[in-house]
Amino acid sequence: MADVTLNNIVKTYNKGEVKAVNNVSFEINKGELFGLIGADGSGKTSIFRILTTLLLPDSGTASINGFDVIKDYKTIRKNIGYMPGKFSLYQDLSVQENLDFFATIFNTTVKENYDLIKDIYIQLEPFKTRKAGKLSGGMKQKLALCCALIHRPTVLLLDEPTTGVDVVSRKEFWEILKGLKQQGITILVSTPYMDEANLCERIALLQNGSIMSIDRPNNIVKQFPDTLFAMRANDMGRLQNVLRSNKLIKSCFSFGDFHHVTMDSGELTMDNLEKQLIESGFQNVIIKEITPTVEDCFIYLMGNAMEN
Amino acid sequence: MRTLKFLLQKEFKQIFRNKALLPLIFIAPVVQLLILPLASDYEIKNINISIVDHDHSVYSQQLVSKITASGYFQLADYSPSFQEAFNQIEKDKSDLILEIPQGFERNLVRENEEKLFVAMNAINGVKASLGGAYLTQIISTHNNDIRMKWSQQSKFKPSPKIEVTTSNWFNPLLNYQFFMVPGILVVLVTMIGAYMCALNIVKEKEVGTIEQINVTPIKKYQFVLGKLLPFWVIGLFIFSFGLFVVAHLVYGIVPVGNLFLLYGYLAIYLVAILGLGLLISTFSDTQQQAMSITFFFIMIFILMSGLFTSIDSMPEWAYIIAKCSPVTYFIEVVRMVILKGSGFADIKNHFLIMMGFATLLNGLAILNYRKTS
Repeated sequence: MADVTLNNIVKTYNKGEVKAVNNVSFEINKGELFGLIGADGSGKTSIFRILTTLLLPDSGTASINGFDVIKDYKTIRKNIGYMPGKFSLYQDLSVQENLDFFATIFNTTVKENYDLIKDIYIQLEPFKTRKAGKLSGGMKQKLALCCALIHRPTVLLLDEPTTGVDVVSRKEFWEILKGLKQQGITILVSTPYMDEANLCERIALLQNGSIMSIDRPNNIVKQFPDTLFAMRANDMGRLQNVLRSNKLIKSCFSFGDFHHVTMDSGELTMDNLEKQLIESGFQNVIIKEITPTVEDCFIYLMGNAMEN
Repeated sequence: MRTLKFLLQKEFKQIFRNKALLPLIFIAPVVQLLILPLASDYEIKNINISIVDHDHSVYSQQLVSKITASGYFQLADYSPSFQEAFNQIEKDKSDLILEIPQGFERNLVRENEEKLFVAMNAINGVKASLGGAYLTQIISTHNNDIRMKWSQQSKFKPSPKIEVTTSNWFNPLLNYQFFMVPGILVVLVTMIGAYMCALNIVKEKEVGTIEQINVTPIKKYQFVLGKLLPFWVIGLFIFSFGLFVVAHLVYGIVPVGNLFLLYGYLAIYLVAILGLGLLISTFSDTQQQAMSITFFFIMIFILMSGLFTSIDSMPEWAYIIAKCSPVTYFIEVVRMVILKGSGFADIKNHFLIMMGFATLLNGLAILNYRKTS
């Protein structure tokens, strides 16, 4: 059964000039960890605000636990936990006070649902008298998650929870999410980081308010149509220029130490290319076949969308 | 109710933790009440006078000494000609010229009549008219003294004259501070109420905490009450502190009227003024915007409230604007109850009007405040 459904949601700003969400439909199953992957300005936050009943869509319907986001907004507000992209707790209240406050306004107590937040709260405990505004970025996010969980929501909506958080804290945060998923909580999480996509069960790739693809990360990777090669040589800048000017090379993007390249494999092989590159004066040429990542797929789909 | 209790708890915690706001709540009333009433004094003293005496007689000397002994005038110079005295006015050394003609004493005794010439610098209208009035009064007293002396000597039947005796009610010593202090108390309560209420709500918007609050089962009225009640209490506190501590101890003002009546009116007034703050907060997204809009309204409200100038002497259009401001009514009520001891029957209309303001401002605010955009 689907816990969250969106049907043809459209949202525009500035009287229709800016199309933030363009005909988006998807479903999230109960207990699923679903990721919205997209660059800044791709419409992630607008979708979150519609689902949390803070924003009315121009057209289309959406529901959470079967409740309509417009008609039954009061019921939905009791059942969801929302963590906005911007830290939105009271910075002048302490960790303990924030937690108590959010527990009481949901008519519950910290004690009642302590088992749910225990693993996270243990890390916060040493700072429980510290003001929320004085916490580190990672700690702030953990506190915000605690506050969003304190009333035992059925659906958890996390808008870019790991943006601006260090690598270690990010990793911990995803571990926490996995734990929560095992408790049967449906989680919708958005992120601009492609490497986090693999940690979700299913992902939707979002670009300019439209969904380019929805599937499991490994299926999305399988949909990559070409064989992907990683290449490096002594002069990476010139290498990219040379590869891009070659008509048989379909695409070439720089990925850290390597360039990810697809080519017309009927005409060109790895060995041919290596020979050509050495003739052009490159040294230490390395070419190897690799499996594509979600990011490769994202860039490929983005290129397709632009051509259309 | 339980939710409201926790909202209030949170609100008070935040207010008492605000290092900039808290001193303001306590120090502002004391400082403003100590400085403003003492500084804004309309009584005109130290008018500089130039005297041109062409007579040099006993009577003219007596007149001059009476003028200088009155306490209102300071003898700037004693010139031989009007032209020289006028130079003093041009140099701003003197405000008034009194010219005593040659043969002043002789004519007064022989002809029973003599004319004096008074010229004044009317750039400061209040000073000129008051100075003129003081001077005329002194001259007429002097005149009476002379007449008394002559009528006794000649044993004529005393000429009939009207004597006016004044009796000052409600403020017998004409103490200007009695008039100002209650008005300034109103200004204080207004500022604290409107500013703090508007800024507090907008702060939640600006920091983003309203986003988190909106996704909770908190109802509109709970959130609004949670914001209004703390400032309502603080408003009552500041008023009481100003009235019973500063006004009483420093200025010796003891309310003549019924305190329950005064506090009843204050309670309604605070609801109205907090409604204004709430309304402003619904129009603004940042504290800067809220600050500017509040400043605009408070400025007009206070300057046109009759605190400094009587609204009855304003032009018709300004009078209408003044009557549209809740501050005007409260200043009237505070002065009536504290100084005059007015009862409920005297301020019944004021009560109705303030309830109207409270309903209107809060109604507009609630219409404009929407939880879902």
